[in-house]
Amino acid sequence: MSNIIHAKNLTYTYPGDEDSPGYPALRGVDLDIEEGSFTAILGHNGSGKSTLAKILCMINAPDGGELTILGKDMTSPEITERDILDARRQIGMVFQNPDNQLVATIVEEDVAFGCENLGLPSAEIRRRVDEALDIVGMRKYARHAPHKLSGGQKQRIAIAGTIAMKRKCIIFDESTAMLDPKGRQEVMSTIERLNREEGITVLIITHHMNEAAMADRIIVLSEGTVLTEGTPGEVFGNPELLWSADLDVPQTTELLYKMRQAGYDVPLDIFDEEECARIIAEAMKKQQIRGNT
Amino acid sequence: MKQDIAFGQYCEGESPLHRLDPRIKIVITVLVIVTIFLAKSVSSFILLTAFTVGLVLLSGISPRIVLGSLKPLGFIIVFTAVINIFWMTGETPLFELGFIRIYPEGLINAALIILRIMLLLTATSMFLTYTTTPIALTDGLEQLLAPLKKLRVPVHEFSMMMTIALRFIPTLMEETEKIMNAQKARGADFTEGSLISRAKALIPILIPLFISSFRRADELATAMECRCYTGGEGRTRMNILRTTAKDWLFTAAVAALGVGIVLLNMYLPLYSLSM
Repeated sequence: MSNIIHAKNLTYTYPGDEDSPGYPALRGVDLDIEEGSFTAILGHNGSGKSTLAKILCMINAPDGGELTILGKDMTSPEITERDILDARRQIGMVFQNPDNQLVATIVEEDVAFGCENLGLPSAEIRRRVDEALDIVGMRKYARHAPHKLSGGQKQRIAIAGTIAMKRKCIIFDESTAMLDPKGRQEVMSTIERLNREEGITVLIITHHMNEAAMADRIIVLSEGTVLTEGTPGEVFGNPELLWSADLDVPQTTELLYKMRQAGYDVPLDIFDEEECARIIAEAMKKQQIRGNT
Repeated sequence: MKQDIAFGQYCEGESPLHRLDPRIKIVITVLVIVTIFLAKSVSSFILLTAFTVGLVLLSGISPRIVLGSLKPLGFIIVFTAVINIFWMTGETPLFELGFIRIYPEGLINAALIILRIMLLLTATSMFLTYTTTPIALTDGLEQLLAPLKKLRVPVHEFSMMMTIALRFIPTLMEETEKIMNAQKARGADFTEGSLISRAKALIPILIPLFISSFRRADELATAMECRCYTGGEGRTRMNILRTTAKDWLFTAAVAALGVGIVLLNMYLPLYSLSM
Protein backbone atom coordinates (compact mmCIF):
# COMPACT_ATOMS: atom_id res chain seq x y z
CA MET A 1 0.00 0.00 0.00
CA SER A 2 1.10 3.53 -0.66
CA ASN A 3 2.03 6.11 1.89
CA ILE A 4 -0.39 8.93 2.58
CA ILE A 5 2.21 10.87 4.48
CA HIS A 6 5.95 10.64 4.11
CA ALA A 7 8.21 12.87 6.16
CA LYS A 8 11.94 12.85 6.51
CA ASN A 9 14.06 14.84 8.92
CA LEU A 10 11.29 17.36 9.65
CA THR A 11 12.32 20.31 11.75
CA TYR A 12 10.30 23.12 13.22
CA THR A 13 11.28 25.90 15.57
CA TYR A 14 8.79 28.17 17.26
CA PRO A 15 9.88 31.72 16.52
CA GLY A 16 11.38 33.46 19.53
CA ASP A 17 11.71 37.15 20.28
CA GLU A 18 14.60 39.37 21.37
CA ASP A 19 14.62 38.02 24.94
CA SER A 20 14.34 34.33 24.23
CA PRO A 21 15.61 32.21 21.40
CA GLY A 22 13.12 30.14 19.41
CA TYR A 23 12.04 26.83 20.80
CA PRO A 24 12.96 23.88 18.57
CA ALA A 25 9.87 21.65 18.80
CA LEU A 26 10.87 19.18 16.11
CA ARG A 27 14.50 18.21 15.58
CA GLY A 28 14.38 15.81 12.67
CA VAL A 29 11.35 13.54 12.61
CA ASP A 30 11.00 10.67 10.12
CA LEU A 31 7.49 9.45 9.55
CA ASP A 32 5.65 7.20 7.12
CA ILE A 33 1.91 6.74 7.36
CA GLU A 34 0.50 3.97 5.22
CA GLU A 35 -2.92 4.26 3.69
CA GLY A 36 -5.55 2.55 5.83
CA SER A 37 -3.28 2.23 8.86
CA PHE A 38 -3.97 3.09 12.48
CA THR A 39 -1.01 4.85 14.01
CA ALA A 40 -0.56 6.37 17.44
CA ILE A 41 1.93 9.10 18.20
CA LEU A 42 2.92 8.97 21.81
CA GLY A 43 4.86 11.52 23.76
CA HIS A 44 4.76 13.55 26.94
CA ASN A 45 4.00 17.27 26.99
CA GLY A 46 6.45 19.26 24.92
CA SER A 47 7.67 16.26 22.95
CA GLY A 48 6.54 17.95 19.73
CA LYS A 49 3.56 15.77 18.98
CA SER A 50 1.02 18.56 18.55
CA THR A 51 3.49 20.56 16.49
CA LEU A 52 3.85 17.56 14.24
CA ALA A 53 0.07 17.32 13.85
CA LYS A 54 -0.15 20.98 12.88
CA ILE A 55 2.49 20.46 10.24
CA LEU A 56 0.77 17.38 8.83
CA CYS A 57 -2.43 19.42 8.53
CA MET A 58 -0.46 22.22 6.93
CA ILE A 59 -1.43 24.79 9.49
CA ASN A 60 2.26 25.37 10.07
CA ALA A 61 4.93 24.86 7.41
CA PRO A 62 8.03 22.90 8.44
CA ASP A 63 11.35 24.78 8.63
CA GLY A 64 13.29 21.98 7.04
CA GLY A 65 13.13 18.39 5.85
CA GLU A 66 10.93 16.60 3.37
CA LEU A 67 7.15 16.35 3.59
CA THR A 68 5.19 14.47 0.94
CA ILE A 69 1.44 14.28 1.30
CA LEU A 70 -0.48 12.07 -1.13
CA GLY A 71 2.51 12.02 -3.44
CA LYS A 72 2.87 15.77 -3.51
CA ASP A 73 5.98 17.47 -2.18
CA MET A 74 4.62 20.06 0.22
CA THR A 75 7.97 21.74 0.83
CA SER A 76 8.67 22.63 -2.78
CA PRO A 77 8.65 26.36 -3.51
CA GLU A 78 6.02 25.88 -6.22
CA ILE A 79 3.35 24.85 -3.76
CA THR A 80 0.30 27.12 -3.99
CA GLU A 81 -2.69 27.88 -1.75
CA ARG A 82 -4.67 25.59 -4.04
CA ASP A 83 -2.36 22.62 -3.34
CA ILE A 84 -2.58 23.21 0.39
CA LEU A 85 -6.36 23.28 0.16
CA ASP A 86 -6.36 20.08 -1.89
CA ALA A 87 -4.27 18.33 0.74
CA ARG A 88 -6.54 19.63 3.49
CA ARG A 89 -9.49 18.07 1.72
CA GLN A 90 -7.89 14.69 2.30
CA ILE A 91 -6.40 15.13 5.74
CA GLY A 92 -8.64 16.28 8.54
CA MET A 93 -8.01 17.01 12.15
CA VAL A 94 -10.09 16.67 15.28
CA PHE A 95 -8.86 18.86 18.12
CA GLN A 96 -8.70 18.58 21.85
CA ASN A 97 -11.38 21.02 22.94
CA PRO A 98 -14.77 19.95 21.58
CA ASP A 99 -16.25 23.40 22.15
CA ASN A 100 -13.74 25.27 20.08
CA GLN A 101 -14.25 23.40 16.84
CA LEU A 102 -18.00 23.44 16.42
CA VAL A 103 -19.22 26.36 14.37
CA ALA A 104 -22.98 26.12 14.03
CA THR A 105 -25.84 26.19 16.51
CA ILE A 106 -27.45 23.02 15.15
CA VAL A 107 -25.66 19.68 15.01
CA GLU A 108 -26.43 18.86 11.38
CA GLU A 109 -25.50 22.35 10.25
CA ASP A 110 -22.13 21.89 11.86
CA VAL A 111 -21.55 18.52 10.23
CA ALA A 112 -22.45 20.15 6.91
CA PHE A 113 -19.99 23.04 7.42
CA GLY A 114 -16.99 21.33 5.79
CA CYS A 115 -19.00 20.04 2.83
CA GLU A 116 -20.49 23.48 2.34
CA ASN A 117 -16.98 24.87 2.17
CA LEU A 118 -16.15 22.35 -0.54
CA GLY A 119 -19.01 23.74 -2.61
CA LEU A 120 -20.92 20.47 -2.97
CA PRO A 121 -24.52 20.45 -4.23
CA SER A 122 -27.02 20.59 -1.38
CA ALA A 123 -28.61 17.17 -2.01
CA GLU A 124 -25.16 15.58 -1.82
CA ILE A 125 -24.37 17.43 1.42
CA ARG A 126 -27.65 16.24 2.92
CA ARG A 127 -26.85 12.62 2.01
CA ARG A 128 -23.30 12.81 3.38
CA VAL A 129 -24.38 14.49 6.61
CA ASP A 130 -26.99 11.80 7.30
CA GLU A 131 -24.47 9.09 6.52
CA ALA A 132 -21.78 10.65 8.72
CA LEU A 133 -24.19 11.05 11.62
CA ASP A 134 -25.14 7.39 11.26
CA ILE A 135 -21.52 6.32 11.36
CA VAL A 136 -20.87 8.14 14.64
CA GLY A 137 -24.28 7.12 15.98
CA MET A 138 -25.57 10.65 16.48
CA ARG A 139 -28.42 10.69 13.94
CA LYS A 140 -31.08 11.26 16.54
CA TYR A 141 -29.33 14.41 17.76
CA ALA A 142 -29.27 15.97 14.28
CA ARG A 143 -31.49 18.91 15.25
CA HIS A 144 -30.03 19.47 18.73
CA ALA A 145 -27.93 22.41 19.85
CA PRO A 146 -24.27 21.37 20.33
CA HIS A 147 -23.89 23.10 23.70
CA LYS A 148 -26.44 20.76 25.24
CA LEU A 149 -24.48 17.63 24.33
CA SER A 150 -21.83 15.91 26.44
CA GLY A 151 -18.13 16.24 25.63
CA GLY A 152 -17.97 12.81 24.00
CA GLN A 153 -21.02 13.57 21.89
CA LYS A 154 -19.58 16.91 20.78
CA GLN A 155 -16.37 15.17 19.78
CA ARG A 156 -18.35 12.63 17.76
CA ILE A 157 -20.08 15.53 15.97
CA ALA A 158 -16.67 16.96 15.15
CA ILE A 159 -15.66 13.55 13.80
CA ALA A 160 -18.85 13.37 11.72
CA GLY A 161 -17.97 16.77 10.29
CA THR A 162 -14.67 15.50 8.99
CA ILE A 163 -15.95 12.15 7.69
CA ALA A 164 -18.72 13.91 5.79
CA MET A 165 -15.91 15.47 3.77
CA LYS A 166 -14.85 11.94 2.76
CA ARG A 167 -11.27 12.40 3.81
CA LYS A 168 -8.64 9.73 3.46
CA CYS A 169 -6.91 10.47 6.72
CA ILE A 170 -8.00 11.95 10.04
CA ILE A 171 -5.59 13.15 12.71
CA PHE A 172 -6.86 13.19 16.28
CA ASP A 173 -4.88 15.68 18.32
CA GLU A 174 -5.51 14.53 21.90
CA SER A 175 -9.20 14.39 21.11
CA THR A 176 -10.00 12.48 24.27
CA ALA A 177 -7.91 14.53 26.69
CA MET A 178 -10.78 16.69 27.93
CA LEU A 179 -13.35 13.92 28.15
CA ASP A 180 -14.61 11.81 31.02
CA PRO A 181 -13.98 8.04 30.86
CA LYS A 182 -17.35 7.41 29.21
CA GLY A 183 -16.80 10.06 26.56
CA ARG A 184 -13.31 8.73 25.96
CA GLN A 185 -14.69 5.25 25.44
CA GLU A 186 -17.31 6.58 22.96
CA VAL A 187 -14.75 8.48 20.94
CA MET A 188 -12.14 5.71 20.90
CA SER A 189 -14.63 3.11 19.71
CA THR A 190 -15.80 5.52 16.99
CA ILE A 191 -12.19 6.04 15.90
CA GLU A 192 -11.57 2.31 15.80
CA ARG A 193 -14.70 1.74 13.73
CA LEU A 194 -13.67 4.46 11.28
CA ASN A 195 -10.41 2.69 10.68
CA ARG A 196 -11.65 -0.90 10.57
CA GLU A 197 -14.95 -0.40 8.77
CA GLU A 198 -14.60 2.76 6.73
CA GLY A 199 -10.94 2.23 5.85
CA ILE A 200 -9.94 5.73 6.89
CA THR A 201 -6.30 6.22 7.80
CA VAL A 202 -6.18 7.22 11.44
CA LEU A 203 -3.43 9.00 13.30
CA ILE A 204 -4.04 9.54 17.00
CA ILE A 205 -1.89 11.76 19.12
CA THR A 206 -2.17 10.87 22.74
CA HIS A 207 -0.48 10.37 26.05
CA HIS A 208 -2.88 7.65 27.13
CA MET A 209 -1.04 4.36 26.89
CA ASN A 210 -4.19 2.29 26.57
CA GLU A 211 -5.35 4.32 23.60
CA ALA A 212 -1.98 3.98 21.93
CA ALA A 213 -2.14 0.21 22.49
CA MET A 214 -5.24 0.08 20.24
CA ALA A 215 -3.19 1.20 17.22
CA ASP A 216 -1.37 -1.01 14.74
CA ARG A 217 1.78 0.98 15.11
CA ILE A 218 3.13 3.37 17.72
CA ILE A 219 5.60 6.14 17.15
CA VAL A 220 7.14 7.51 20.33
CA LEU A 221 8.30 11.10 20.23
CA SER A 222 10.68 12.54 22.74
CA GLU A 223 12.36 15.95 22.66
CA GLY A 224 11.36 16.46 19.03
CA THR A 225 12.75 13.22 17.65
CA VAL A 226 11.44 9.71 17.17
CA LEU A 227 12.53 7.69 20.19
CA THR A 228 11.25 4.36 18.97
CA GLU A 229 8.53 2.93 16.79
CA GLY A 230 6.87 -0.38 16.12
CA THR A 231 3.82 -2.43 17.00
CA PRO A 232 2.38 -1.91 20.50
CA GLY A 233 4.01 -5.20 21.49
CA GLU A 234 7.41 -4.07 20.33
CA VAL A 235 7.19 -0.59 21.82
CA PHE A 236 5.80 -1.60 25.20
CA GLY A 237 8.02 -4.67 25.25
CA ASN A 238 10.83 -2.33 26.19
CA PRO A 239 9.46 -0.44 29.21
CA GLU A 240 12.90 0.85 30.32
CA LEU A 241 13.19 2.95 27.17
CA LEU A 242 9.77 4.53 27.69
CA TRP A 243 10.46 5.15 31.37
CA SER A 244 13.69 6.87 30.44
CA ALA A 245 11.65 9.28 28.30
CA ASP A 246 9.28 10.03 31.19
CA LEU A 247 6.53 7.98 29.61
CA ASP A 248 4.43 5.27 31.16
CA VAL A 249 3.52 1.90 29.78
CA PRO A 250 0.02 0.43 30.07
CA GLN A 251 -0.71 -0.81 33.58
CA THR A 252 -0.98 -4.36 32.33
CA THR A 253 2.48 -4.17 30.80
CA GLU A 254 3.93 -2.68 33.96
CA LEU A 255 2.43 -5.45 36.05
CA LEU A 256 3.63 -8.17 33.68
CA TYR A 257 7.08 -6.58 33.62
CA LYS A 258 7.28 -6.72 37.41
CA MET A 259 6.05 -10.31 37.35
CA ARG A 260 8.79 -11.16 34.91
CA GLN A 261 11.39 -9.52 37.12
CA ALA A 262 10.11 -11.67 39.96
CA GLY A 263 10.87 -14.69 37.89
CA TYR A 264 7.54 -15.51 36.28
CA ASP A 265 7.45 -16.47 32.62
CA VAL A 266 4.92 -13.99 31.14
CA PRO A 267 4.75 -12.01 27.87
CA LEU A 268 4.66 -8.19 28.01
CA ASP A 269 2.38 -7.33 25.10
CA ILE A 270 -0.99 -8.01 26.71
CA PHE A 271 -3.20 -4.91 26.95
CA ASP A 272 -6.55 -6.42 27.80
CA GLU A 273 -7.14 -6.62 31.55
CA GLU A 274 -9.08 -9.91 31.46
CA GLU A 275 -6.47 -11.48 29.26
CA CYS A 276 -3.73 -10.22 31.54
CA ALA A 277 -5.40 -11.62 34.64
CA ARG A 278 -5.78 -14.99 32.95
CA ILE A 279 -2.13 -15.09 31.93
CA ILE A 280 -0.93 -14.16 35.40
CA ALA A 281 -3.12 -16.83 36.98
CA GLU A 282 -1.75 -19.40 34.56
CA ALA A 283 1.85 -18.36 35.18
CA MET A 284 1.38 -18.52 38.93
CA LYS A 285 -0.16 -21.95 38.69
CA LYS A 286 2.76 -23.17 36.59
CA GLN A 287 5.22 -21.73 39.09
CA GLN A 288 3.41 -23.46 41.93
CA ILE A 289 3.56 -26.81 40.16
CA ARG A 290 7.23 -26.27 39.54
CA GLY A 291 7.72 -25.32 43.19
CA ASN A 292 5.97 -28.47 44.37
CA THR A 293 7.98 -30.86 42.26
CA MET B 1 -31.27 27.80 33.04
CA LYS B 2 -29.46 30.96 31.98
CA GLN B 3 -28.64 29.36 28.67
CA ASP B 4 -32.19 29.50 27.39
CA ILE B 5 -32.54 33.20 27.92
CA ALA B 6 -29.50 33.79 25.77
CA PHE B 7 -31.16 32.11 22.84
CA GLY B 8 -33.82 34.76 22.52
CA GLN B 9 -37.43 33.94 23.02
CA TYR B 10 -37.79 31.27 20.38
CA CYS B 11 -40.66 28.94 21.20
CA GLU B 12 -40.47 25.62 19.47
CA GLY B 13 -43.51 24.75 17.40
CA GLU B 14 -44.87 23.57 14.10
CA SER B 15 -47.37 26.33 13.36
CA PRO B 16 -47.75 27.88 9.90
CA LEU B 17 -45.86 30.88 11.27
CA HIS B 18 -42.93 28.69 12.27
CA ARG B 19 -42.76 27.21 8.82
CA LEU B 20 -42.67 30.47 6.86
CA ASP B 21 -39.50 31.19 4.94
CA PRO B 22 -37.30 33.40 7.16
CA ARG B 23 -36.67 35.78 4.26
CA ILE B 24 -40.39 36.25 3.83
CA LYS B 25 -40.74 36.77 7.56
CA ILE B 26 -38.20 39.58 7.51
CA VAL B 27 -39.98 41.27 4.61
CA ILE B 28 -43.36 40.80 6.27
CA THR B 29 -42.04 42.27 9.51
CA VAL B 30 -40.98 45.42 7.70
CA LEU B 31 -44.41 45.60 6.05
CA VAL B 32 -46.16 45.14 9.37
CA ILE B 33 -44.10 47.88 11.01
CA VAL B 34 -44.97 50.29 8.21
CA THR B 35 -48.63 49.30 8.43
CA ILE B 36 -48.76 49.86 12.18
CA PHE B 37 -47.31 53.33 11.74
CA LEU B 38 -49.83 54.08 9.01
CA ALA B 39 -52.78 53.30 11.28
CA LYS B 40 -54.45 56.45 12.56
CA SER B 41 -58.15 55.89 13.04
CA VAL B 42 -59.70 53.91 15.85
CA SER B 43 -61.21 51.57 13.27
CA SER B 44 -57.81 50.79 11.79
CA PHE B 45 -56.48 50.04 15.25
CA ILE B 46 -59.33 47.61 15.82
CA LEU B 47 -58.40 45.81 12.60
CA LEU B 48 -54.72 45.73 13.59
CA THR B 49 -55.49 44.39 17.04
CA ALA B 50 -57.63 41.66 15.51
CA PHE B 51 -54.78 40.82 13.14
CA THR B 52 -52.24 40.61 15.97
CA VAL B 53 -54.51 38.50 18.15
CA GLY B 54 -55.02 36.25 15.12
CA LEU B 55 -51.24 35.90 14.77
CA VAL B 56 -50.84 34.90 18.40
CA LEU B 57 -53.58 32.28 18.06
CA LEU B 58 -52.08 31.00 14.81
CA SER B 59 -48.62 30.61 16.32
CA GLY B 60 -49.93 28.40 19.11
CA ILE B 61 -47.80 30.28 21.62
CA SER B 62 -49.40 30.78 25.02
CA PRO B 63 -50.85 34.32 25.28
CA ARG B 64 -49.42 34.48 28.78
CA ILE B 65 -45.88 34.36 27.40
CA VAL B 66 -46.73 37.04 24.86
CA LEU B 67 -48.30 39.34 27.46
CA GLY B 68 -45.41 38.65 29.81
CA SER B 69 -42.96 39.91 27.21
CA LEU B 70 -44.73 43.28 27.25
CA LYS B 71 -43.76 43.85 30.87
CA PRO B 72 -40.44 45.56 30.15
CA LEU B 73 -42.43 48.15 28.22
CA GLY B 74 -44.09 49.31 31.45
CA PHE B 75 -41.94 52.37 31.88
CA ILE B 76 -42.28 53.51 28.28
CA ILE B 77 -46.04 53.00 28.43
CA VAL B 78 -46.42 55.06 31.61
CA PHE B 79 -44.13 57.75 30.23
CA THR B 80 -46.03 58.10 26.92
CA ALA B 81 -49.33 58.01 28.73
CA VAL B 82 -48.31 60.85 31.07
CA ILE B 83 -47.00 62.99 28.23
CA ASN B 84 -50.09 62.49 26.13
CA ILE B 85 -52.61 62.93 28.89
CA PHE B 86 -51.13 66.12 30.29
CA TRP B 87 -49.84 67.82 27.20
CA MET B 88 -52.55 67.15 24.63
CA THR B 89 -55.03 69.95 24.31
CA GLY B 90 -58.52 69.76 22.89
CA GLU B 91 -61.70 71.80 22.95
CA THR B 92 -63.39 71.06 26.26
CA PRO B 93 -61.41 69.82 29.19
CA LEU B 94 -62.69 66.69 30.91
CA PHE B 95 -61.09 67.52 34.20
CA GLU B 96 -59.44 70.56 35.62
CA LEU B 97 -57.30 71.03 38.71
CA GLY B 98 -55.28 74.21 38.90
CA PHE B 99 -53.08 74.32 35.87
CA ILE B 100 -53.66 70.66 35.00
CA ARG B 101 -56.24 70.21 32.30
CA ILE B 102 -57.07 66.81 30.91
CA TYR B 103 -58.90 66.58 27.60
CA PRO B 104 -60.70 63.52 26.23
CA GLU B 105 -58.50 63.74 23.12
CA GLY B 106 -55.46 63.28 25.33
CA LEU B 107 -56.87 60.11 26.84
CA ILE B 108 -57.77 58.58 23.49
CA ASN B 109 -54.42 59.59 22.00
CA ALA B 110 -52.57 58.05 24.92
CA ALA B 111 -54.56 54.83 24.62
CA LEU B 112 -53.90 54.55 20.89
CA ILE B 113 -50.19 55.21 21.21
CA ILE B 114 -49.86 52.66 23.97
CA LEU B 115 -51.77 50.22 21.80
CA ARG B 116 -49.46 50.99 18.91
CA ILE B 117 -46.35 50.25 20.95
CA MET B 118 -47.82 47.00 22.20
CA LEU B 119 -48.93 45.92 18.73
CA LEU B 120 -45.55 46.82 17.30
CA LEU B 121 -43.72 44.61 19.74
CA THR B 122 -46.18 41.73 19.64
CA ALA B 123 -46.62 41.57 15.87
CA THR B 124 -42.91 41.79 15.05
CA SER B 125 -41.90 39.28 17.70
CA MET B 126 -44.63 36.92 16.49
CA PHE B 127 -42.82 36.78 13.16
CA LEU B 128 -39.22 37.08 14.23
CA THR B 129 -38.26 36.15 17.75
CA TYR B 130 -40.99 33.69 18.76
CA THR B 131 -41.23 31.60 15.63
CA THR B 132 -37.81 31.88 14.00
CA THR B 133 -34.58 30.41 15.31
CA PRO B 134 -31.72 32.92 15.41
CA ILE B 135 -29.82 30.79 12.91
CA ALA B 136 -32.71 30.82 10.42
CA LEU B 137 -32.89 34.56 10.87
CA THR B 138 -29.19 34.99 10.11
CA ASP B 139 -29.49 32.75 7.06
CA GLY B 140 -32.51 34.65 5.82
CA LEU B 141 -30.76 37.96 6.33
CA GLU B 142 -27.68 36.76 4.48
CA GLN B 143 -29.69 35.69 1.47
CA LEU B 144 -31.87 38.78 1.46
CA LEU B 145 -28.79 40.98 1.51
CA ALA B 146 -26.88 38.86 -1.01
CA PRO B 147 -27.27 41.47 -3.79
CA LEU B 148 -25.21 43.85 -1.63
CA LYS B 149 -22.20 41.57 -2.14
CA LYS B 150 -21.82 43.18 -5.55
CA LEU B 151 -21.23 46.46 -3.74
CA ARG B 152 -18.53 44.70 -1.72
CA VAL B 153 -20.55 44.66 1.47
CA PRO B 154 -19.21 41.66 3.44
CA VAL B 155 -22.61 40.03 3.85
CA HIS B 156 -21.33 36.49 4.25
CA GLU B 157 -18.68 37.49 6.78
CA PHE B 158 -21.28 39.37 8.76
CA SER B 159 -23.64 36.43 8.91
CA MET B 160 -20.79 34.02 9.76
CA MET B 161 -19.89 36.30 12.67
CA MET B 162 -23.50 36.32 13.84
CA THR B 163 -23.67 32.53 13.64
CA ILE B 164 -20.48 32.07 15.63
CA ALA B 165 -21.60 34.65 18.18
CA LEU B 166 -24.86 32.78 18.66
CA ARG B 167 -23.01 29.50 18.89
CA PHE B 168 -20.68 30.78 21.61
CA ILE B 169 -23.12 32.67 23.81
CA PRO B 170 -24.02 29.59 25.89
CA THR B 171 -20.38 28.44 25.98
CA LEU B 172 -19.19 31.80 27.26
CA MET B 173 -21.99 32.00 29.79
CA GLU B 174 -21.00 28.63 31.14
CA GLU B 175 -17.44 29.85 31.35
CA THR B 176 -18.46 33.07 33.11
CA GLU B 177 -20.27 31.04 35.69
CA LYS B 178 -17.22 28.84 36.20
CA ILE B 179 -14.94 31.85 36.65
CA MET B 180 -17.41 33.50 39.03
CA ASN B 181 -17.54 30.36 41.12
CA ALA B 182 -13.76 30.18 41.16
CA GLN B 183 -13.54 33.80 42.33
CA LYS B 184 -16.28 33.27 44.88
CA ALA B 185 -14.36 30.31 46.24
CA ARG B 186 -11.50 32.74 46.84
CA GLY B 187 -13.77 35.09 48.75
CA ALA B 188 -14.87 37.50 46.02
CA ASP B 189 -18.21 39.18 46.62
CA PHE B 190 -20.30 40.37 43.69
CA THR B 191 -23.51 41.26 45.46
CA GLU B 192 -22.56 43.73 48.16
CA GLY B 193 -20.97 47.12 48.35
CA SER B 194 -21.41 50.28 46.36
CA LEU B 195 -21.92 50.33 42.63
CA ILE B 196 -18.26 51.13 42.07
CA SER B 197 -16.98 48.33 44.26
CA ARG B 198 -19.34 45.89 42.55
CA ALA B 199 -18.11 47.02 39.15
CA LYS B 200 -14.55 46.57 40.38
CA ALA B 201 -15.39 43.06 41.51
CA LEU B 202 -16.28 42.24 37.92
CA ILE B 203 -12.77 42.89 36.65
CA PRO B 204 -11.39 39.55 37.90
CA ILE B 205 -14.19 37.89 35.93
CA LEU B 206 -13.88 39.85 32.73
CA ILE B 207 -10.12 39.55 32.30
CA PRO B 208 -9.95 35.74 32.39
CA LEU B 209 -13.06 35.63 30.21
CA PHE B 210 -11.43 37.88 27.63
CA ILE B 211 -8.20 35.93 27.60
CA SER B 212 -9.94 32.62 27.17
CA SER B 213 -12.17 34.05 24.45
CA PHE B 214 -9.13 35.06 22.46
CA ARG B 215 -7.70 31.59 22.86
CA ARG B 216 -10.99 30.09 21.77
CA ALA B 217 -11.13 32.37 18.75
CA ASP B 218 -7.64 31.29 17.78
CA GLU B 219 -8.45 27.60 18.10
CA LEU B 220 -11.73 28.00 16.25
CA ALA B 221 -9.98 29.78 13.40
CA THR B 222 -7.52 26.90 13.10
CA ALA B 223 -10.35 24.36 13.19
CA MET B 224 -12.27 26.25 10.53
CA GLU B 225 -9.20 26.43 8.35
CA CYS B 226 -8.78 22.67 8.76
CA ARG B 227 -12.31 22.25 7.54
CA CYS B 228 -11.41 24.06 4.33
CA TYR B 229 -13.15 27.31 5.16
CA THR B 230 -11.98 30.01 2.77
CA GLY B 231 -14.73 32.57 3.09
CA GLY B 232 -18.04 32.88 1.33
CA GLU B 233 -16.80 32.36 -2.18
CA GLY B 234 -17.60 29.01 -3.75
CA ARG B 235 -19.51 27.92 -0.67
CA THR B 236 -22.81 26.09 -0.97
CA ARG B 237 -25.46 25.44 1.64
CA MET B 238 -27.08 22.22 2.80
CA ASN B 239 -30.45 23.79 3.47
CA ILE B 240 -31.60 25.96 0.63
CA LEU B 241 -34.47 28.25 1.48
CA ARG B 242 -37.46 27.77 -0.76
CA THR B 243 -40.56 29.92 -0.77
CA THR B 244 -43.88 28.14 -1.07
CA ALA B 245 -47.36 29.33 -2.06
CA LYS B 246 -48.09 29.79 1.65
CA ASP B 247 -45.26 32.30 1.96
CA TRP B 248 -46.64 34.42 -0.84
CA LEU B 249 -50.17 34.09 0.48
CA PHE B 250 -49.00 35.47 3.81
CA THR B 251 -47.18 38.34 2.16
CA ALA B 252 -50.29 39.15 0.13
CA ALA B 253 -52.43 39.06 3.27
CA VAL B 254 -50.12 41.49 5.07
CA ALA B 255 -50.04 43.79 2.05
CA ALA B 256 -53.85 43.67 1.94
CA LEU B 257 -53.89 44.55 5.62
CA GLY B 258 -51.78 47.62 4.87
CA VAL B 259 -54.15 48.73 2.12
CA GLY B 260 -57.13 48.07 4.41
CA ILE B 261 -55.59 50.26 7.11
CA VAL B 262 -55.08 53.14 4.70
CA LEU B 263 -58.65 52.81 3.43
CA LEU B 264 -60.03 52.73 6.99
CA ASN B 265 -58.02 55.84 7.81
CA MET B 266 -59.60 57.60 4.83
CA TYR B 267 -63.21 56.42 4.96
CA LEU B 268 -63.83 55.53 8.57
CA PRO B 269 -61.86 58.12 10.54
CA LEU B 270 -63.78 57.67 13.81
CA TYR B 271 -60.99 59.37 15.60
CA SER B 272 -57.60 60.11 14.22
CA LEU B 273 -54.39 59.89 16.12
CA SER B 274 -52.54 63.16 16.03
CA MET B 275 -48.98 61.99 16.62
